[in-house]
Amino acid sequence: MKENLHRFFRAARGAGVRVSPAESIDAMRAVASVGLSDRNILRDTFLLTLAKTEEEKQALGECFDLFFKIPEPAQSSQAATENDQSDRESGQEGLADAASTSEPSTESPLTERLGPLAQMLLSQDRSAISAAIANASNAASLPDIRYFTQRGIFSGRILDLMGIQGLRDDLDELASTNPALAERLTAALEQLRDNVRDTVSQALLLYGREEAENLRNEILRNAPLSQIEPRQVEQMRFLIRQIARRLRERYSKPRKRQRRGHLDVRRTLRRNAAWGGVPFLTAWKRRRRDRPKIVALCDVSGSVARVSDFFLLLIHSLHEVVSDVRSFAFSGHLIEVSGILESKPPQEAMQEIMSKVGFGSSDYGSSFADFEKQWMGGVTQQTTVIVLGDARSNNLDPRADILRRVAERSKRLVWLNPEGRTAWGLGDSEMARYATFCTVVRQCATAQQLERAVSDIVATYQ
Amino acid sequence: MAAIEAVENGLAAQGYIASRQIATAVYLSQQIEKPILVEGPAGVGKTELAKAIAAWRGLKMIRLQCYEGLDEARALYEWKYAKQLLYTQILKDKLGEVLDGAETLHAALDQLHDFGDVFFSKEFVEPRPLLQALEQPAGCVLLIDEIDKSDAEFESLLLEILSDFQVSIPELGTVSAAVPPTVILTSNGERDLGDALKRRCLHLHIGFPEQRLEERIVESRVPGISQTLRRHLVGFIHELRTLDLKKLPSVSETIDWARVLVLLQAFELGPEIVKDTLNVLLKYESDIEAALPQVTTFVAKAARQNVFG
Repeated sequence: MKENLHRFFRAARGAGVRVSPAESIDAMRAVASVGLSDRNILRDTFLLTLAKTEEEKQALGECFDLFFKIPEPAQSSQAATENDQSDRESGQEGLADAASTSEPSTESPLTERLGPLAQMLLSQDRSAISAAIANASNAASLPDIRYFTQRGIFSGRILDLMGIQGLRDDLDELASTNPALAERLTAALEQLRDNVRDTVSQALLLYGREEAENLRNEILRNAPLSQIEPRQVEQMRFLIRQIARRLRERYSKPRKRQRRGHLDVRRTLRRNAAWGGVPFLTAWKRRRRDRPKIVALCDVSGSVARVSDFFLLLIHSLHEVVSDVRSFAFSGHLIEVSGILESKPPQEAMQEIMSKVGFGSSDYGSSFADFEKQWMGGVTQQTTVIVLGDARSNNLDPRADILRRVAERSKRLVWLNPEGRTAWGLGDSEMARYATFCTVVRQCATAQQLERAVSDIVATYQ
Repeated sequence: MAAIEAVENGLAAQGYIASRQIATAVYLSQQIEKPILVEGPAGVGKTELAKAIAAWRGLKMIRLQCYEGLDEARALYEWKYAKQLLYTQILKDKLGEVLDGAETLHAALDQLHDFGDVFFSKEFVEPRPLLQALEQPAGCVLLIDEIDKSDAEFESLLLEILSDFQVSIPELGTVSAAVPPTVILTSNGERDLGDALKRRCLHLHIGFPEQRLEERIVESRVPGISQTLRRHLVGFIHELRTLDLKKLPSVSETIDWARVLVLLQAFELGPEIVKDTLNVLLKYESDIEAALPQVTTFVAKAARQNVFG
């Protein structure tokens, strides 16, 4: 059982539940005290000891159901005997009595000469078969399966261990002596193969998920955001939410820091008034850290749109870290989109934004002019202004003077450009001209670069 | 499991109808001596659970309400400065006697050292809830309420108590619990708690209860209510929870509403009486406005459910 529990913990880790050694010890102690008899209680026990958030509980619940999805042997064997009986009954109805009585008599000496696997298959004892599969998978160290390409190897190994070689010999022999029985055996073998394949797939789902997901996320993190396929968008969203969680954990901690060494005289006197002003308790000056205020201007034209989508999603999932985010989207002209993003789920919000300002040819100059006219007042010394765009203004007036004024009013002006550095300044790119006014200009094409960029922006406030 | 059923029955006797998962959590926390971290929306009975456990086992309940800025001095212990000051004043004369025999300054200082420790002894410690909980000879139920409202530093302070049931006071040494208290922490999920804290706890999430369970809860809390009204009322609330509201009505609101309906001597749920008393259930003007047009359909639905249920 211990072995099984360990395997379950591994599967749980694969499902995204962070199970530390200490938690697994707790779970084992808990299982020892509640026993294994009641499956629901066992499930609750795991949910209580291992999963520490709502999402983890759900993932672990699914993992539990998958892991303990054992075919109940009692029922299936009963079903099998029923089948056998009905088979025999139909045989009796259809055929003459002699045939039905003679068949088992000729069969029994034949089956005795066959190998154990063939006998097991012919007897249709499903619980024995599933037990044999389980034993063979343990011997073949099936829980070590990592990638879906290994499925063939493991199925082959399990079948070998179950003695498929002997079965093949039996089949060859039977093909000449008793074709009918050989046919039945071949059918049973096919079924066995299916069963083994299912077992291996299930194991892959349980144990391979962790590796596969790590690999996929690694690839996804470094893939250019603008070129990911539609089917990966959902996964990317998930990745972005993970990044947001990481950033939240890192930066949402204490916002007040004690400054030892600077006595706060007023508070010290007030606090010690009860003792005649004798300073038993000292109060020190504290410095409050500002939460970042962010104004984000995102280009939503053409290829930049995808990147803006993910960037906005990330910025807006940082509520605990960032106190005030105002986001704007532009291509030909500029509108405020904070309201849309906060009131709607990401997908719908993005669609609405795109229908309002998307798909135009970008005009940085007039978009900046829109911003200056209506929202410039919101930019203060605490604000970080982030512009996300490729700075390709279709040879229209870039209005770099507005950007200069924005830079003067704000704490920092950060430009994130999805294009590679080598492309900046080439063709209609105005990046070189804008870059002089920016505190930082970074390339921002992949999820990883996005994470670093946002992390740096938030870190300057700490 | 008989033991888990015993917990369920014990809590039920105190008027707390627990689901199987809650009972399992309470049983396990006793067995493997772990605190329970209870999360869930406001008003589903997180605090009530601690009260019920205390009443069921006949233990004292010590409650620590968390808030922003809660510190060691409020939660753990504090020196009684005033008493220390007073005693030094009173003992001023004695001080002369103590130092009488000393010839040199060095000898006087040595004597003073022995004397000084008197002021940092148990006598002068003011125990706050956490220390009180450890000092209970018969054990107790320690409720740390709304831990998510406190600062991250306070969380770290709790770690020693939660894993080893002891606290270290620099001047006195380590105080260990005579009997490990049953610790319940509650959180409304206002902020994410640290992994270190979560690791030390059993994590129990109490959501809105299922219809049957909620009916039983209403039955136990509002004895005077008729069966049909109870069913209609719980059915109506379950319909209401499907709406997208700012604050969904939770169990405490259900109970309040049931009491109100009993007071108004309503025997069945009509759209009129629901509209009049909707402000008991919903706490935001915008929520009430959103729910009002649906009231009639929901009442009808709840009544229909009753026929088939």
